[in-house]
Amino acid sequence: MTSTTTAAPAPVAKPGRGAAGRPVRGVRRKWTEHGLVFVAPFLVVYALFLIWPLVSGLGMSLTSENITGSGGEFVGLDNYAEAVRDPDVWSSLWNTVWFTVLSTVPLVVVGLVLALLAHQLRVVQWLWRLSWFAPFLLPSGVVCLLFLNMILPSDFGLADQLLAAVGLTPEIGWLTDERYAMLSIVATTVWWTVGFNFLLYLAALQAIPAHLYEAAELDGAGAWKRLLHITLPMLRRTTGLVVVLQVLASLKIFDQVYIMTGGGPDESTRPILQYVYQQGFTGYRIGYASAVSYIFFALILTVSLVQPLLSRRRAEEAAK
Amino acid sequence: MSGSATVTTRPAQVSGRSVDAGGRRPRWTPGRIALLVVALLLTAAWLLPLAWAVATSLKPEGDTTRTPFSWTGSRVTFDAYSKVWESGDLMVWLMNSAYISVTTTLLTVVTCAMAAYGFTRTDFRGKRLLYGLVLAGIMVPPQVLIAPLFREMVQLGLVDTYWGVILPQVAVPAMVFILVKFFEGVPRELEEAAFVDGAGRWRVFWTIVIPLSRPVLAAVAIFTFISTWNNFLWPFLVTTDPGGMTLPVGLVNVQSTFGVRYAQIMASLVIAGLPLLIVFAFFQRQIVRGIAHTGLAGQ
Repeated sequence: MTSTTTAAPAPVAKPGRGAAGRPVRGVRRKWTEHGLVFVAPFLVVYALFLIWPLVSGLGMSLTSENITGSGGEFVGLDNYAEAVRDPDVWSSLWNTVWFTVLSTVPLVVVGLVLALLAHQLRVVQWLWRLSWFAPFLLPSGVVCLLFLNMILPSDFGLADQLLAAVGLTPEIGWLTDERYAMLSIVATTVWWTVGFNFLLYLAALQAIPAHLYEAAELDGAGAWKRLLHITLPMLRRTTGLVVVLQVLASLKIFDQVYIMTGGGPDESTRPILQYVYQQGFTGYRIGYASAVSYIFFALILTVSLVQPLLSRRRAEEAAK
Repeated sequence: MSGSATVTTRPAQVSGRSVDAGGRRPRWTPGRIALLVVALLLTAAWLLPLAWAVATSLKPEGDTTRTPFSWTGSRVTFDAYSKVWESGDLMVWLMNSAYISVTTTLLTVVTCAMAAYGFTRTDFRGKRLLYGLVLAGIMVPPQVLIAPLFREMVQLGLVDTYWGVILPQVAVPAMVFILVKFFEGVPRELEEAAFVDGAGRWRVFWTIVIPLSRPVLAAVAIFTFISTWNNFLWPFLVTTDPGGMTLPVGLVNVQSTFGVRYAQIMASLVIAGLPLLIVFAFFQRQIVRGIAHTGLAGQ
């Protein structure tokens, strides 16, 4: 009876599409048969806490809102116009870029060197991983407070003590002298996060086929030649990845500066995220803070969009 | 143990630690010894700050600022630890961090795995569009959303709540991408056999796909846990009540009240740093593989 009448349209209905609750072959389809059921929980959270703030932030950047969301008037592009003329936006953007330049080079190079050492030695791997990677697992608060209390106190701080041990008493204001503050933050960051790049490189090194080295060895290539002509070329893809991940991570600097120098001395280390925080959360100008955020976002998008284009072109050139 | 059987059959694998892929034990040539010395020096440099923190935390408070510098105080004491412990804050923050990190990790793994399965194995209207939207989200760093996100939290009344810290960290598009790539490689035959036996999508997902994906799910879970545990900016913004702070935020917040009590600062840093280091000691292999996996897939 009913089973024969409903049996006809059943094959037409594609699996999971509009079939919820419709009898198929006499069996009621369960709600879980629909694909949206699987995607929905993620999409709800995603829409609420990523898409919506992304959209509402753009709206806010066109208003003069304060942090509680009241008193906002539509001001058009005024916030953007102000931001472009604001020397603090430019200086904090510059500090962000400068930190990224200063930190990316050692983080990639040291990460590679550490991985080459650990891979070449093939002994006590746990020791290399523990000492070079484990700091990455410490919260930024712990790392920054450790370095802050280790290098800041002059005379009895570890940095000054080590220099004193080799006969130097330079009286360096590690975090209070404009010449050294950013470098101290970079050094802290390298100690803390280089382990991540170290692991990525180590994984890549272990994936290089051993027969390449054996063939090279038979041809009489020494260790140095094998490094230059096999290892480094084989790591090119990984290096591209590590550089991009590192640049994107470094651009988002906030914790180290906020905890160690508060942006000082004389705002010489203040990154753009801290300026957003100051404008929005302590200055209550959340509309303006949003506009600055979007300028920063444009910078990050440019970096992440330019990289694939570059690597594609390199791949095409290699294919020729 | 079953391990003894493999010793005789596959010697190269068992002693694999010090044998290269070709099955030879590397010789200790002068060049290699030089590399070892360099590696040990770098290890010492990397361990120095940690060793200094531990050493300082074991000194009597009066000895911490003494010059000339020495690694030990006049005596070894756990005074700083008991002071930090008694103040109680650190334990509250540890519990908050643990609760927030575990909940975030569970929610992330479940929602991302379900979404990835939905995108790879089911069909519904608008799927391509929605997946495109998720992929585009990889480009959005959560840090640029702090201002609108905070206002949203004010409106939802989630400031100073666990959910206010947790929810914005749950939907990570990159994790969906990693899982989609993995699920695409899982042979469909395994699931189809179960469908023939009458299992529904839901059952197939939980009893076949999830157990099969344990390694990649572990990678996603580990990565999420580490980044949630260590996250500073968002919990720092959304919590103002010290009782609801996570460990990193609480520590930074209280730093000023320590004054110059270096032994106590270092003791609290040691306590705060230990949990993940202990986890690392036990799960080294999985963590290393997880980082390599999620990091490499992050492309």
